[in-house]
Amino acid sequence: MSAEALARPENRPALKAIPVAGPREQAGDRLFRWSLLLFALSVVVLAGLVAWKLIAGSLMTWKAFGWRFLFSSAWDPVNDKFGALPFIYGTLVSSALALLLALPLGAGSAIFLAELAPRRVSDVCTFLIELLAAVPSVILGLIGIFALAPFLSAVEPWLTKRLGFLPLFQGAPYGVGMLAAGIILALMILPYITIVSREVLLGVPRPLKEGVLALGATRWEMVTRVSLPYSAPGIAGAVFLSLGRALGETMAVTMVIGNTPKISASLFQPGYTMAAVIANELAEAVSDLHLQSLIAIGLTLFGVTILVNAAARLMLLRLSKRHS
Amino acid sequence: MRSYAARRAVNVVMLSVTAFCAAAALFSLFFVLGYIAWRGLGALSWAFLTRLPKPAGEAGGGIANSIVDSAKLVALAGAIGIPVGVLGGVYLAEFGGGRLGALVRFCADVLNGVPSIVVGLFAYALIVVPMKGFSGLAGSVALAVIMIPIVLRNTEEFVRLVPHALREAGLALGVPRWKVVLRIVIPSAARGIVTGSLLALSRAAGETAPLIFTAFGNRYWDSGFLQPMAALPLTIYTYAISPYDDLHRQAWAAAAVLMIFVLAINATTRLALRTQAMEAR
Amino acid sequence: MEVRGLRAGYGSNEVLKGVTARFLEKAVTAIIGPSGCGKSTLVRCLNRMHETAPGTTMSGQVVLYGRDVLSLDPVVLRRHVGMVFQRPNPFPNMSIFDNVASGLVLNGIAGGRSELEGRVEASLRQASLWDEVKDRLRRSALGLSGGQQQRLCIARALAVSPNVLLLDEPCSALDPIATARIEELVLELKKQLTIVIVTHNMQQAARVSDFTAFMLLGELVEFSATGTIFTKPSDKRTEDYVTGRFG
Repeated sequence: MSAEALARPENRPALKAIPVAGPREQAGDRLFRWSLLLFALSVVVLAGLVAWKLIAGSLMTWKAFGWRFLFSSAWDPVNDKFGALPFIYGTLVSSALALLLALPLGAGSAIFLAELAPRRVSDVCTFLIELLAAVPSVILGLIGIFALAPFLSAVEPWLTKRLGFLPLFQGAPYGVGMLAAGIILALMILPYITIVSREVLLGVPRPLKEGVLALGATRWEMVTRVSLPYSAPGIAGAVFLSLGRALGETMAVTMVIGNTPKISASLFQPGYTMAAVIANELAEAVSDLHLQSLIAIGLTLFGVTILVNAAARLMLLRLSKRHS
Repeated sequence: MRSYAARRAVNVVMLSVTAFCAAAALFSLFFVLGYIAWRGLGALSWAFLTRLPKPAGEAGGGIANSIVDSAKLVALAGAIGIPVGVLGGVYLAEFGGGRLGALVRFCADVLNGVPSIVVGLFAYALIVVPMKGFSGLAGSVALAVIMIPIVLRNTEEFVRLVPHALREAGLALGVPRWKVVLRIVIPSAARGIVTGSLLALSRAAGETAPLIFTAFGNRYWDSGFLQPMAALPLTIYTYAISPYDDLHRQAWAAAAVLMIFVLAINATTRLALRTQAMEAR
Repeated sequence: MEVRGLRAGYGSNEVLKGVTARFLEKAVTAIIGPSGCGKSTLVRCLNRMHETAPGTTMSGQVVLYGRDVLSLDPVVLRRHVGMVFQRPNPFPNMSIFDNVASGLVLNGIAGGRSELEGRVEASLRQASLWDEVKDRLRRSALGLSGGQQQRLCIARALAVSPNVLLLDEPCSALDPIATARIEELVLELKKQLTIVIVTHNMQQAARVSDFTAFMLLGELVEFSATGTIFTKPSDKRTEDYVTGRFG
């Protein structure tokens, strides 16, 4: 058809052919939106189902022990006595240890990558650190068993000799134990802290930074007086996100923490975490109450990670409000 | 007020410390990769990749069934998780402005934060208990639950990045909204959606915790989805905590295989995303 | 095409406060006015693109060939009232050919392969782009210059054979040479269809249009032949604006 022919009125669709439709959204669009919504809502259903299954699966334990379940350190499957305290303790201590190690290292790396390194170097380093985040945790556990634990059992006697007056560094040097778990967990969360903090630091408005530099501040002073205070909520968000990961991490910890339900002050001693006890005992649970108690631990873990992740979102939200 | 020289010294020292931190982070990556290569690559052989495991205590044997079963588990998880995640993500980006969208987003974030062991617990209660037995199906469902929120939020992000002008151009041509989304918006975001889904698949391929009491593990060929199935990370775990040196050696070799797979997907997809971001600039 | 007492806005903010105007067939009507006066909103109401944004309101009458546009299926209406936007927006995942064919293909109104090819060629010729792209129809549309992309968008709009073409500041992202080509094109196209062009450039309005509407704060201040508006405006505010004492 030539341009002239197209232009002739008889070759245009007649206006009378337009059907009448009142509403703004047609049937096809509504059908499309509703079917997409179905998929989106499946996420809501799934989240509800997870919560429901965990609650329904642990009722027996809550009925038998009530709140004391969380504060008792009896874990005796043979006599059907259960208390989650050693696992809660181990989870909290190993995660705290991991944060203690990873936060300075991660924040330092982020400052270097955001404020000092040339953009190209920074991008390459960030790419590599993202790869570290992709390493499956079972592989880190493997390294924990066969590289870190032997190394620690060689180093621990030396530490005990010099710092043994502290309860933290007493006891037999097993290698596997709380310290090993903390170090492996630190390795796992280091990429998260670094990447999120770098992102947050890169978001500090340039005029703020240039303003303080123009007043004669050194680069480090700019970082401590402007960049860090401004991005503090974001870095706190990164810490909470990483904490959520650390609390729930299973494999790497199970493989190096020693799996002993005891509460001990020394970092060299073996411990146990909530995730690890589920991984180890669920398939071989000896009684219904045992199974339900493991699910109760899972429910506790679920609740704690929701709170921690909510705190992380809240922090990041506060930062984005600061931007606008 | 401290002297300028002192302030400058502090500046140099502290900035060097941050550079050292970054170097330490990179070192830990290279240490992990190097150590796996050192312990694992030497133990790799064709026979190892193509044979079945030998009975416990006997030397030799391979991980062929673990590789195949892992692929099957992840494929089914993707077949469940990717459509749900992608279509849900498109909903959030296109129609998710209201309260319903906020609810979906909140639930996705909750699911995303659930520890993978708890997801395994969920699949155990949902499938293993009623069906009275460990199964590959339960494992795949657990992996799918892990993938869905990742794919969903990733898809939402990339669909949102499609310029509003393209939607308007489509609508102004008299194309209905649903066709604009399916034929113009989604294809424009396709690269991001695909790479995000691949990353989620590689994450699922490396998961162990949710499989321990769902897929459970298997030493033989041809396990169906209603029977226990093997998985590469699961095999690494069971071999690592076994008392045999030969199995430790095999665990390292299997770790090298898993690492190569995960790194290959991660490196290529992230590079692809990066070049796309460059082009967009 | 005409509008009667058209009111439109975003949420509680009313942008058009009762506009009545008539756009004559096979003529170019330019809409001028300072930014924020509602000229873009006015053309977006003509093909009901206005309502695609969330929270928008619209009342009054828009009449196309004697029928109230608000009673028509908006999707089909938009095939009769095409639109070109401020910035060229070719579909990045499609070739030049597919971009022009997109309206036909996505609406399922393309006939066979050869008819499709014929209509794409005809549309590209109408948009005077054919000679520049005929050897690279299969390449990405993003390889074209800004001006070429904008003419591609015009060709894309023409391919579905609209009766009316709305141009919303089509040259604001283009250089002077590309602008001149679009203006030539407008003069050529008005032989075939009704054109409404929004512009912030008074010279452009004077060059291409037969009629000009001057808008201010959501109201239509003056509407008459272009020559009259620019030489003997009847309203003081129009005079201030076209002589540059204002806005």
